[in-house]
Amino acid sequence: MNKIFETPLYPYTRSADQDAKAPVRHAVAVIGAGPVGLAAAIDLAQRGVEVVVLDDNTKVSFGSRAICFSKRTLEICDRLGLGDGPVEKGVVWNLGKVFFGDRKVFEFNLLPEEGHKRPAFINLQQYHFEHALVERVRQLQADGAPIEIRGGSRVTHVEPKEDSVGLEVQTPEGPYQTDAGWLIACDGANSPTRAMMGLDFTGRVFEDNFLIADVVMDADFPTERWFWFDPPFNRGQSALLHKQPDGVWRIDLQLGWDIDREAEKRPENVIPRLKAMLGEDVKFELEWVSIYTFQCRRMERFRYGRVIFAGDSAHQVSPFGARGANSGLQDTDNLAWKLKLVIDGAAPERLLDSYDEERIHGADENILNSTRSTEFITPKSDQSRIFRDAVLDLAEHHPMARPLVNSGRLSQPCTYDGSGLNSPDALDGPARTRPGSPCPDAPLGEGFLLDKLGGGFTILAIDAEVPESVTEGGVTARRLSVSAKDDRTGALRERYLGDTASAVYLIRPDQHVAMRRPSFDDRQVRAALRRATGSA
Amino acid sequence: MELTLDPNLAAPDDVYEALVAAHDGLTKEESAAFNARLILVLANHVGDAEVIRQAIEAAKPKR
Repeated sequence: MNKIFETPLYPYTRSADQDAKAPVRHAVAVIGAGPVGLAAAIDLAQRGVEVVVLDDNTKVSFGSRAICFSKRTLEICDRLGLGDGPVEKGVVWNLGKVFFGDRKVFEFNLLPEEGHKRPAFINLQQYHFEHALVERVRQLQADGAPIEIRGGSRVTHVEPKEDSVGLEVQTPEGPYQTDAGWLIACDGANSPTRAMMGLDFTGRVFEDNFLIADVVMDADFPTERWFWFDPPFNRGQSALLHKQPDGVWRIDLQLGWDIDREAEKRPENVIPRLKAMLGEDVKFELEWVSIYTFQCRRMERFRYGRVIFAGDSAHQVSPFGARGANSGLQDTDNLAWKLKLVIDGAAPERLLDSYDEERIHGADENILNSTRSTEFITPKSDQSRIFRDAVLDLAEHHPMARPLVNSGRLSQPCTYDGSGLNSPDALDGPARTRPGSPCPDAPLGEGFLLDKLGGGFTILAIDAEVPESVTEGGVTARRLSVSAKDDRTGALRERYLGDTASAVYLIRPDQHVAMRRPSFDDRQVRAALRRATGSA
Repeated sequence: MELTLDPNLAAPDDVYEALVAAHDGLTKEESAAFNARLILVLANHVGDAEVIRQAIEAAKPKR
């Protein structure tokens, strides 16, 4: 049986562009059919923007790669119409254990907060995730949405122009030219687009190698994240064991810097390492092996005229913390609605500068967290290791040290504090829903709040009088009227009202709060809507 | 809160003696590990990140 990542899902077929006399113009072209590129395309197509995805491959990613998807990502996927598939397929986990040498020094429970539709994290192979996105593209196509994936199509030349981007696409049948109103480069950490445009990608390289293996086994390890510092089976290094669907386990083994990478990847070297970790008697099969080094770096800007970078092409972090794919989806979540408004002429082009501003803020937060985790996991000086080991020794006996244990700070959505799209906070409400925050979910009757927000601007009225809609400068915000009484658990009150009796929130299409105040005020709401669309 | 750099120990000689005595019989490596643990325990007790930053400054080698 072929594995999902061995089956061509979007094989090359000849497109009409190849026989056109002049280059055909597309509203948006996306380079890269990974999670970020596909999410960008789906989001735009759902908004009615014509989009073509170009990828030199024809299959989903080889090997599990990104395996840990956060609640925020799952919420974005709900808006993208992926349904329950990923969560039903994925492994939900809450418990993490940390070992130092042969001792368990500490365990943590994600203790997911009640009253959210989606779990804190699921583990799911990237190929399953991409497969779900491709299926969604097919569904949109069946519904007549303007979206296309072109496999076997490698972009070999990018030419930024005044009001479009010229592209040369190489195919098995030769090259052709096309034109895109906007180009979104989601072509990964080694982004050929970035290289073609001669743009820098600067940051810090960590001198370390990690062996990463997907192992199929029937083992009775629990559904927990196990992390070892300096384990007996990998002295002086670290190790990670984490469960994925289909009886696949992810194993990461730190190898150090000075190794023969090709030799380390060979099964005759990998298998003894895994046996030392899992025990001689455990039967397993290797599905995928790779060796990676990691880097924490980003581009100086994510937008260069009509070329916009998203995901790993724009910023790269170490894998500890699941901040790669998850932050990439926050990029496209931030971008798609802005691009739609700009293409429609409903917002000025400078709205896209806020993508730069907000997502660079997000990338810097991720790089900071990821760099700190990496320093803890792979100490770069003797003294750094002494402090690290001191934390682990203390953690076994004293709760005070446990918050210092850093085996990866798991991805949290970014709050856009200080963004130019925010209006001043006019509600004495909870800090977690201040302007810039991603809306936390809450139960609402039989369903959940986020599902009711839709894809446009929403005026969330909680026990407040608000007109059905407000249109300002061609942008409409629709009312969602709820009462704190609609949620018997009290989560809605706790997350959106605090001690106040009523609230009016202006919520952006990406479900971030733009404005909040105790009651409706036409002039204020209109001003907030202008500000949130870059028009003020 | 401000870091105090004024005398704050009621029995300075006792504290000093305890600090030195804690290293009795330790190797150089064990002493370094002990000091790191002690710093972490004290930093947690202080709690205030700003005070800890001031302490780091105060303890830096002076030219």
